[in-house]
Amino acid sequence: MRVNFTVNGRPQEADDVWEGESLLYVLRERMGLPGSKNACEQGECGSCTVRLDGLPVCACLVAAGQVEGRDVVTVEGLADYAKHRADAHPGGACASGGGSCGTSGASGTSGTSGADGTSVQQAQQWQAKGTKGTDSQTGEGTELSPIQEAFIDAGAVQCGFCTPGLLVAADEMLERNPSPSDADIREALSGNLCRCTGYEKILDAVRLAAARQSEAV
Amino acid sequence: MATTGTPTDITQGSKTRGGVGESTLRPDGTLKVTGEFAYSSDMWHEDMLWGHTLRSTVAHAEIRSIDTAEALATPGVYAVLTYDDLPTEVKRYGLEFQDTPVLAHGKVRHHGEPVAIVAADHPETARRAAAKIRIDYGDLPVVTDEASALADGAPLVHEHRDDHHAEHVPHPNVVHRQPIVRGDAAGAAARADVIVSGEYVFGMQDQAFLGPESGLAVPGEDGGVDLYVATQWLHSDLRQIAPVLGLPEDKVRMTLSGVGGAFGGREDLSMQIHACLLALRTGKPVKIVYNRFESFFGHVHRHPAKLWYEHGATKDGKLTHLKCRIVLDGGAYASASPAVVGNASSLSVGPYVVEDVDIEALALYTNNPPCGAMRGFGAVQACFAYEAQMDKLAAALDMDPVEFRRLNAMEQGTLLPTGQRVDSPAPVAELLRRVKARPLPPEQQWLVAGEAADVRALPGGLSNTTHGEGVVRGVGYAVGIKNVGFSEGFDDYSTARVRMEVINGEPVATVHTAMAEVGQGGVTVHAQIARTELGVAQVTIQPADTRVGSAGSTSASRQTYVTGGAVKNTCEHVRERVLEIGRAKFGTYHPAWATAELLLESGKVVTDGGEVLADLVDVLEGESVDIEREWRHRPTEAFDLRTGQGNGHVQYSFAAHRAVVEVDTELGLVKVIELAVAQDVGKALNPLSVLGQIQGGTTQGLGVAVMEEIIVDPKTAKVRNPSFTDYLIPTILDTPTIPVDVLELADEHAPYGLRGIGEAPTLSSTPAVLAAIRNATGLGLNRTPVRPEHLTGT
Repeated sequence: MRVNFTVNGRPQEADDVWEGESLLYVLRERMGLPGSKNACEQGECGSCTVRLDGLPVCACLVAAGQVEGRDVVTVEGLADYAKHRADAHPGGACASGGGSCGTSGASGTSGTSGADGTSVQQAQQWQAKGTKGTDSQTGEGTELSPIQEAFIDAGAVQCGFCTPGLLVAADEMLERNPSPSDADIREALSGNLCRCTGYEKILDAVRLAAARQSEAV
Repeated sequence: MATTGTPTDITQGSKTRGGVGESTLRPDGTLKVTGEFAYSSDMWHEDMLWGHTLRSTVAHAEIRSIDTAEALATPGVYAVLTYDDLPTEVKRYGLEFQDTPVLAHGKVRHHGEPVAIVAADHPETARRAAAKIRIDYGDLPVVTDEASALADGAPLVHEHRDDHHAEHVPHPNVVHRQPIVRGDAAGAAARADVIVSGEYVFGMQDQAFLGPESGLAVPGEDGGVDLYVATQWLHSDLRQIAPVLGLPEDKVRMTLSGVGGAFGGREDLSMQIHACLLALRTGKPVKIVYNRFESFFGHVHRHPAKLWYEHGATKDGKLTHLKCRIVLDGGAYASASPAVVGNASSLSVGPYVVEDVDIEALALYTNNPPCGAMRGFGAVQACFAYEAQMDKLAAALDMDPVEFRRLNAMEQGTLLPTGQRVDSPAPVAELLRRVKARPLPPEQQWLVAGEAADVRALPGGLSNTTHGEGVVRGVGYAVGIKNVGFSEGFDDYSTARVRMEVINGEPVATVHTAMAEVGQGGVTVHAQIARTELGVAQVTIQPADTRVGSAGSTSASRQTYVTGGAVKNTCEHVRERVLEIGRAKFGTYHPAWATAELLLESGKVVTDGGEVLADLVDVLEGESVDIEREWRHRPTEAFDLRTGQGNGHVQYSFAAHRAVVEVDTELGLVKVIELAVAQDVGKALNPLSVLGQIQGGTTQGLGVAVMEEIIVDPKTAKVRNPSFTDYLIPTILDTPTIPVDVLELADEHAPYGLRGIGEAPTLSSTPAVLAAIRNATGLGLNRTPVRPEHLTGT
């Protein structure tokens, strides 16, 4: 089958998709976007967390056909997504639920309404630029979102396999809740397994991103 | 057609700098947060096929026949291979003995053993084709524990052993046995005022690294193969792969892909040979990626163990003797079992002074899943038992458990039961003092001022199972000792190649090693060492591959010591060569070139008094220095097979934990409130990374204390819970605050005085949590992990 959907602000078309393929497989193997990770492929580890019409979901549990006409944000688009949000909503979150970022499911797809996030129309007005072509091979100088910067600065990255999913989940939480307590952070990230860090530096990173975000207001 | 996802050089220095001792950020950090860092499962090639492994559905069976016809006839399938298709006479591999079939031959010995491999144009096509392979199994009886494995007439897991331990073991189902006898344990027992004993059980833990076993094999035009894979030791893989393929080692070109964690589970081969066989057979690149279910069968686990311990002590609290017996279940293939036995026996006393010992450790062959390396490697199981014993002894003597441990703590100069003297700092008593001195977390933290209980802070958490009723607190302590590096006479060397040159008007160092970066931050440390030794800012880390000499394994807490040591050593050679060039060019301009101790700092040649003699850019103009060197730490010796005596270890690592837990005694639920650690690291080359290792290791210890266990059916030897739904690892809600107190007491034998740190925190975390649960509940609890039924008696 053919699936049309938007990934990181760009319309995409995937052909010859087998009906059993997951969104994760299509992103990784058909679209050259392997940033979303395949750690369990059973919805237990959160490594493949992406935004689907603004909602964080495990891409491994979404059948590719379900994303027809919908909007997906992956870790590859996170920096630009966050920049777009900051430009559209200076000072951070769109937690009020009343603004244009506070509604979702506008595509008419059932079952996704009522959550915070970015609407499809809103999302389609931005495009991830990608991170290629920066000034060194480490990506030094790459423009990152605050949560990405904080993960590096706090030492929250070791093997890094859980990192993309955690970043998408943490960014979504900070969008809803710009001043989370530790208990809030733990609750929001409880679906994302990490085997390396013991989570302490991940907590540090989210606290750091929240603090920097509030300083920037 | 190019392969995508191949690793590239990583250059750091234009923004991020930092030498030894600084918390330099990871050079691969940006790639990892943008999703660009390519892991082994991210490799891609336009023409690639997908490999799939068909594994046995039974634990022990004769293979009467295999029919692959229908699978091979499936559209989209390019190859189906079984044992009969293996190209050479070498059909087995293994870390220590070559006892593991590449594909099963005649029988399978454990649940999930590879029997056939398929290559197809889509992973689902490969899976479905594999399901069409018909295997006729004739069930054989299983051996699953010591009683069944050593019973009269027990089936032999391996009938024709030809390994180097076969001659000295008491039974063919014993992989290796190591006694350690020193002093007179029986005589010393007579002096004891109290004697305590116990039987302890340690469950089977999984490494549960998040990046599944995966890689891409690309056939070369020369008949060789390029293999991109996630592993812990490229050259060890290479030595096992090449003979099976019938290729010389230089035609199996291995490159390390991004590795999503390891923890010992990537020491053994998984998909490496299979992908190469399929690629060479089909002439196409072949990618294999295990899913989580298969990953549970695709690597070895931590040995489950039964441990019998007897200690005595005098009234004034001094240990008199130790008698212990440690039985490790090695499962169907040897993997690293012999070395795990060596560790378990030689570290069975723990970090205590006990002069009279009678110790025996052994690993069994059974039809359970193969067990091998996991963080802590034999020392973990022993620590669980000896720390439970220390608490029992303290209770029997009515002494404080920490004071009792401090009274018996080893120190520099103590003799191990192997007769080896500990010749570097061993601050065991001080580590215990530090964790005990830390203030305890406040009681009843779930009470929020003026509001109902915050269930997130309670056992059971968001399940809302209690608001504090039936919740009791306990505190427990533990300390452990882990060896660093490969022991028992192994030639544990590493290799580093370092180039220094001027690029765009700036001196740049390039470091090339075969070290497997598995997340630990070795690449960060290598850049820091190069900066410190060579006075440069820009450092390029080249991908790890087999074009450079072996780095040894990313195991045994050894890489910062050994490959870090190799990088330092090669940098020193490079520096000498740079200074020679400088002397030749500029020596006549300043006498200090001949007389002073010279250093490379901030891009300049300086005297130890700080006088600048030349710019490195000028010294290296038109020149480059490029040196590759092997480096070795002090040699070790094998343990005597009868007495266990021998200078078997290189270095030791010590950590102590204090656990604070709250237990819902009605539902048997445990919440660990805090896990405080104190650890001696010798020298923190990167303090931020040190904290990450200690906190991560602590959390893996917490996991096996309260939740992690692979359950194997004792009747069928089949694995019951191969998924993250049923095998639980700690989430961020399960993991407490982990305050860390770092000591830096230099080991004068090691580079920069450093101590390998990765494993020690995994040892003492588990027994500290168990001690805290015992303290809270008053229960004996002789096994880990603790499950609700152990606490409620239901």
